Amino acid sequence: MSQLPARRPRFRLRKWFAATGWRHVIGIVFAVFCAFPLVYVLSSSLNPNGTLLGSNTLFSKVDFSNYVNLLFNLPQQPFVAWFLNTLVIGLVTGASTVFLGALAAYAFSRMRFAGRRVGLLTLLLVQMFPQLLAVVAIFLLLNAISNIFPAIGLNTQIGLILVYLGGALGVNTYLMYGFFNTVPASLDEAAKIDGAGHARTFFTIILPLVGPILAVVGLLSFISSTSEYVVASVVLTDPTRQTLAVGLYSFISQATSANWTLFSAGAVMAAIPPMALFLYLQKYVISGLTAGAVK
Amino acid sequence: MTIAPEAPPEPPTERPRRTVLRPTPSLSVILIKIASLGVLDAVVLYALFVLLMGGSYLVFALALIGLIAINVIYFSKRMLPGKYLAPGLVFLLIFQVFVVGYSAYIAFTNFGDGHNGTKADAITGIVANSLSRVPDSPTYAVTVVQGPNGLGLLTTTPSGTVQVGDPKNPLHTITDAQLSGGKAVSAPGYTTLSFQDLLTKQTQVAALVVPISANPNDGAIRTADGSTGFLYKSNLSYDAKADTFTDSSSGAVYRDDGNGEYASSDGKKLSPGWTVVVGFKNFAQAFGDQSIRGPLLSTIVWTFAFAFLSVFLTFAVGLFLAVVFNDPRMRGKKIYRVIMILPYAFPGFLSALVWAGLMNPQFGFINQVLLGGATVPWLTDPTLAKVSILIVNTWLGFPYMFLVCTGALQSIPEEVVEAAKMDGARAWATFRQIKLPLLMVSLAPLLISTFAFNFNNFNVIYLLTGGGPTDVNASINVGSTDILITLVYKVAFATASGRNYGLASAFAILIFIVVATVSVIGFRRTRALEEIN
Repeated sequence: MSQLPARRPRFRLRKWFAATGWRHVIGIVFAVFCAFPLVYVLSSSLNPNGTLLGSNTLFSKVDFSNYVNLLFNLPQQPFVAWFLNTLVIGLVTGASTVFLGALAAYAFSRMRFAGRRVGLLTLLLVQMFPQLLAVVAIFLLLNAISNIFPAIGLNTQIGLILVYLGGALGVNTYLMYGFFNTVPASLDEAAKIDGAGHARTFFTIILPLVGPILAVVGLLSFISSTSEYVVASVVLTDPTRQTLAVGLYSFISQATSANWTLFSAGAVMAAIPPMALFLYLQKYVISGLTAGAVK
Repeated sequence: MTIAPEAPPEPPTERPRRTVLRPTPSLSVILIKIASLGVLDAVVLYALFVLLMGGSYLVFALALIGLIAINVIYFSKRMLPGKYLAPGLVFLLIFQVFVVGYSAYIAFTNFGDGHNGTKADAITGIVANSLSRVPDSPTYAVTVVQGPNGLGLLTTTPSGTVQVGDPKNPLHTITDAQLSGGKAVSAPGYTTLSFQDLLTKQTQVAALVVPISANPNDGAIRTADGSTGFLYKSNLSYDAKADTFTDSSSGAVYRDDGNGEYASSDGKKLSPGWTVVVGFKNFAQAFGDQSIRGPLLSTIVWTFAFAFLSVFLTFAVGLFLAVVFNDPRMRGKKIYRVIMILPYAFPGFLSALVWAGLMNPQFGFINQVLLGGATVPWLTDPTLAKVSILIVNTWLGFPYMFLVCTGALQSIPEEVVEAAKMDGARAWATFRQIKLPLLMVSLAPLLISTFAFNFNNFNVIYLLTGGGPTDVNASINVGSTDILITLVYKVAFATASGRNYGLASAFAILIFIVVATVSVIGFRRTRALEEIN
């Protein structure tokens, strides 16, 4: 009698382990693998010790001196400027990509014209050829543009944004096209009968209905343009005009160990906007990913 | 929510012209349209003018065609799709298509350091490089000015003639300059540099060479202090008729050797050279030069291995986790999912840098704490660095695969699995023979995109190891973890031996060919393209 209650929990534990417990073990192992580098960088950003070696004891000290120093006391590393540049470049690129892509997706989804199918196929293929392959030509092209219009040439953020917009019609448009197709064409017809022109239909009927995909494309474009290194490093040479990716890399590559905790503080601050956006829009992003977007 | 392209709505087959009143755009819309097109036209026309003056006829023609096309599209009552496609297409054509064509052109030239400009620039440059002060030079009073072409000199000869010029425009006499004590101090159209500016631009002022006439052999004015200048002449004299340089001291004759430079009969070359089309020389150099071919071939092999293994590892780990977590009885799946999405949400360039710190051989966390003070050369040993890169890239990439595999697994109909069970299939057989083939159908296009993405995954390589450890035997800056795209970047921009745009573009063209082949094969074997109607 006394044996039964004692055996039952053990039996259950084994059953639980066989059913879902082992899944949790794997889950925890991978969760640690995933989260550890991020916990580590957070810990070293709060460590006033300064060096890479000093960061190895996690959360041994907690203060915000690295953040303060990075924001206010380092004229050689204009972190605030990098941050704002990145934000501006990311937001403008994201918004413009959404706009250009939505225009194209509307045409592909709602109109029938010669070259439509070829156009869609091309969009799928374009993503296979990232712009960074032509980085030499982009550099020389912007250099030539500088001679005519210095305001949009080399070492300007507008120039960089223009280059990024070259990739606006790509897989993004393809994603949008798919989503636009789910909006019933009868809505367009109704608007047309009510006397709305094509532009009014687009802006007031279609765009509000495709909000989720606009968010996904905007976010993906924001993330890819803010973490882009190659083109940004070639186009932006003046330290105050650089982006976080270029600035933080040059900062850390000068003296990895000595600058480590300052870099960590920068990394934490740089990661907050994209991560917050990402987690906030998680549901939409995941559905966008399954449709074929690669970060 | 599904985003996957579904059957599009009924195509608007015919325009119901009879019943619908064609809406007339309001006046303000028309005005905005005309104003914005007007601004665009004005800007592009200016650019066209400059291009024509500069002799860039091909670009001029392309830009002109583009401008006409845009105006036709937006002023025509028809061509509605064009109105919506044009804005994005303009950027696509300039910054995706044109630059690819331009890369292809550069790949066949010797463009790079020492071969940067036109032949005329090179002749001026050679003369400027070999200038020495004429022993009995008169003293010119000079003022450094900022003109339309950058820095220039405003000179007053001992006899009182006032002239102005800059490196591109030889000195020419002007009469409307302001004089102060017999010295011209300012001229209309030019800004005189203040003493403060002079100090900050000291090196540029010292390098300033203003020819005194259109004939480079006449010499040029240079100034060391920004207030007095002297006549400098080259010991190389240029003979325009024979197209040769003659060294007046040694008597050596330098001729155009066809490779964009002047060379003497004993092989001495004058610097700078100029850009010329060299045919397949860059490709020949890439595959013919022993010290480039070896590293290039191993880079190609590693690029494929890296891209393939990255896809394989991330997919294997992602699929494994998706299967593990795809159990309705399991609790807390959401928490795991949020944690596993973190590496994907964290900006990629930062991840690579953070891992570079973690893997630092002397001070990094992995060696110091996890391995108790070992000195494993994670990023500095040729083989281990490759392993490290794969570990980091798996960390970066498996969350994506986990997410898409989860989605794909959940979309497999329950009945299919049930039917397999009824037929007596074990769990492994069900997975291997039912689920996996179904998954591959929907995931194959994603795997191809991931392969293509990793094939050019610059950030993880360059920010983690910089392509290193460097191969010291190669004549180009290449390391054992370099993939093709980092090699392109390093040859073009980050090398001590000088930038070589031509060779870098030749490598880029190789990548284009490889990626195009892979995607054509890949897309043919999947049904991705057939979904488009």
